[in-house]
Amino acid sequence: MNMSHRLKHWFESQKQTRKFHPTWIALGVVATLAVAGIIWIPAELVSKAEAPPVPTAHPPPPATGNKGMRPADMPTVIEQTPSPATLRGAKTIRVDFSPPADDAMPTDEFGDAVRFGKSIFTDTQTYARGYVGNKLNCVNCHLDAGRKPDSAPLWAAYVMYPAYRDKNKHVNSYEERLAGCFRFSMNGKAPAPDSKEMIALISYSYWLARGAPTGIELKGRGYPKLPDPPQPPDAARGKRVFEANCALCHGADGQGTAMNGRYVFPPLWGNHSFNGGAGMSQIKNAAAFIHANMPLGKGNTLSAQEAWDVAQFMNSHPRPPDPRLAKSS
Amino acid sequence: MRTCRSLRLCASPATSWADSLRILATIVVIAWATMRAPPVHADRLAGAALAQKGSKAVPACMVCHGANGEGQTASGFPRLAGQPEAYLLKQLQAFAGGQRKNPQMAPIAGALDARQMRDAAEYYASLPGWQPHGQTPSASPQYELGRRLSTAGNWSKEVPACFACHGPGGAGVPPHFPALAGQPSAYTRRQMKAWQTAGRTNDPQGLMKSVAEKMTDAEFDAVSLYLENPSLDGKGK
Ligand code: HEC
Ligand code: HEC
Repeated sequence: MNMSHRLKHWFESQKQTRKFHPTWIALGVVATLAVAGIIWIPAELVSKAEAPPVPTAHPPPPATGNKGMRPADMPTVIEQTPSPATLRGAKTIRVDFSPPADDAMPTDEFGDAVRFGKSIFTDTQTYARGYVGNKLNCVNCHLDAGRKPDSAPLWAAYVMYPAYRDKNKHVNSYEERLAGCFRFSMNGKAPAPDSKEMIALISYSYWLARGAPTGIELKGRGYPKLPDPPQPPDAARGKRVFEANCALCHGADGQGTAMNGRYVFPPLWGNHSFNGGAGMSQIKNAAAFIHANMPLGKGNTLSAQEAWDVAQFMNSHPRPPDPRLAKSS
Repeated sequence: MRTCRSLRLCASPATSWADSLRILATIVVIAWATMRAPPVHADRLAGAALAQKGSKAVPACMVCHGANGEGQTASGFPRLAGQPEAYLLKQLQAFAGGQRKNPQMAPIAGALDARQMRDAAEYYASLPGWQPHGQTPSASPQYELGRRLSTAGNWSKEVPACFACHGPGGAGVPPHFPALAGQPSAYTRRQMKAWQTAGRTNDPQGLMKSVAEKMTDAEFDAVSLYLENPSLDGKGK
C-alpha cells in the first residue's frame, strides 16, 4: 500500500466512526496557513525594505586616555531607534547596550538609593542581612556587580518586566523577580516591595538600564543557552572536571573559602548555598552560567560537555530544600 | 582451604591463611613506605636560622628580603612575611625547577634540600603579614585606575578584580592565593610581565597567565602602584 492509499483508508475509517469529519483538519490547516501567509509575507517585504534590523558590532571601548576602562559618560545603545520591523520580532532581536560607568552615578538622593542598591547587590550579607538565609551575595551569580553580559545582568533584566513566568504561572513585576532570587538563590525571604532595600535594588537596576529600549531583549541577557551535550550529563565525569578546574577556589568539598567571615569563594552546595528551588539548581541554568563565567576570569574555556557534566556533579549534592515543597508537605 | 572450612577445623573461617597473609603483606608495605619517605617536619627555628644566617651553600634570605621578611621597596625584593606556607614552598620548588625563571633565586633554591625549603616556608608564613601603615598614598589617576582594577577588575576584557581571588584588601587567601598588599610595586610589575611572557609558568590552571595576557603595561603599572599601599576607599591625599 502506498502513502496516498493509506491516507485514503484512514480518511474513510474516520468518516465511519462519525466522531468528527476529517475534512475539518484539512480546512483548519489551510485556514491557518492562509492567515499566517497574509501576516507574514508583507512583514517579510517590509523588513527587507527597511534598514538592516539586526544591530551591527559594538564599537570597541576607547583604549587610550582612560586605559581601557569604559568611558564615564553616557551609556551606549548602538541600534538607533529600533524600527517597527525590529519591534515586531522583539523576542528574537538582540540589541547591544552597555550600562553607564559608576562615576556617572548621580550625587543626589536618587544617587544615594542607587549606591545603596549596589551595596546590597555586592554585599548582601551586610546590607540585607535580615533577608538572607545562606552565605551568598547577589553578585556571586551576577558578576561585575550585576553588569557582566552573559551573567544575567541587571540592566538587561530591568527592561523585560513585567513578564509572565512559567515558574509561578502569572505575570511578575520586576520586584517579584528580585523577590524570587531572595527566596530561592539566597534561601531567605524577600524585603517588602516598598522597603528601602527593594527600592534601592530597583533604583540600581533602573539606573544601569538608563537609555536602554524597553521590552527588547538586550544582547547579554541571562546566561547564554548551551547546546545539548553530545553525551548525557554525567556526575562522575563532572567530578573530574571539578577537581581539575574548580576545587582550587571552591574547595575540594565545594564549601568555598571564607576570610574573616566573608566568603571570597562561595559555597556551591550544602547549607550555606542556594536552595533546591533556585534557578541555579537546574542543570541547564548551572551549565550555562558555568560555561560562560567559570573558572572566574576564564569563561568560555570549558567545553559544553564539561560544563554540563560539572553542573550535574555540583547539583548532585545536598542543599537546602525548595521552600515551596516544604510548605505543601 | 575448602576442606578446612567444610570440616569446621578452622577456628574462624573468615581469617583464612590467605587473609592473614594479605594483612601481613599490607603491614609490611606500609611500614616500608613510611621508612622510605620519612615525613619532613618543617622546623620554624631551623627556618629562622636559614633566613638570618644562611648556610654554607646559600646566603641569608634577609639580605634581600629584609630583617623581618618585609621585602625591599626600592630594589623590588618581595615581601615574604605572612605569605601562605604552601605558596612559599611551591615558589621555592618552581625556582629550582625552572617554572619561575629567576637568575638570583634559581641557584639558591637549587642548593636547598626539601627539608630546608619547608623550614624556610614555615618560618616566613609565621611572621605577621602587611598592615596598612600611617602613610596615606598620594592620589593620582594612575592610583585610581589601580584601585579600580584591584577592586572591580575590567570585565570588558574579562579581567576579574585582583581581590576576587586574593581576598578583600589583597590580604591573600591561603593556601593558593598569596597576599598582594604591601608588595613592592617593582616586584608586582615584574611578575605580571613574567606571566605575560611565560617567564613564570607555575600559576594554577594558568589563571594569572590568562589575566596578564589581557592587560596592558599601563594597567600593570597602575595595579602595582596601588597594591604597594592599597587604600580601600581610594582616598589618597
Ligand atoms: C545562586 C546564584 C544566584 C544568586 C546568589 C542570585 N541569583 Fe539572581 N538569578 C540566578 C539565576 C540562575 C537566574 C535566572 C537566569 C536565567 O534565567 O537566565 C537569576 C535571575 C535574576 C534576575 C532576572 C534576570 C532576567 O534577565 O530576567 C534578577 C533581576 C536577579 N536574578 C536578581 C538577583 C538579586 C537581586 C540577587 C540577590 C538578592 C540575586 N539575583 C542572587 C541566580 C542567582
Ligand atoms: C579562580 C577561582 C575560581 C575558580 C577556578 C572557579 N570559580 Fe566559581 N566562583 C569564583 C568566585 C570568586 C565566584 C563569585 C563571583 C563573584 O562574586 O564575583 C564564583 C561563583 C561561582 C558560582 C555561583 C555562586 C555559587 O556559589 O553557587 C558557581 C555555581 C561556580 N562559581 C561554579 C564554579 C565551577 C563549576 C567551577 C569549575 C568549572 C568554578 N566555579 C571555578 C571563583 C572561582
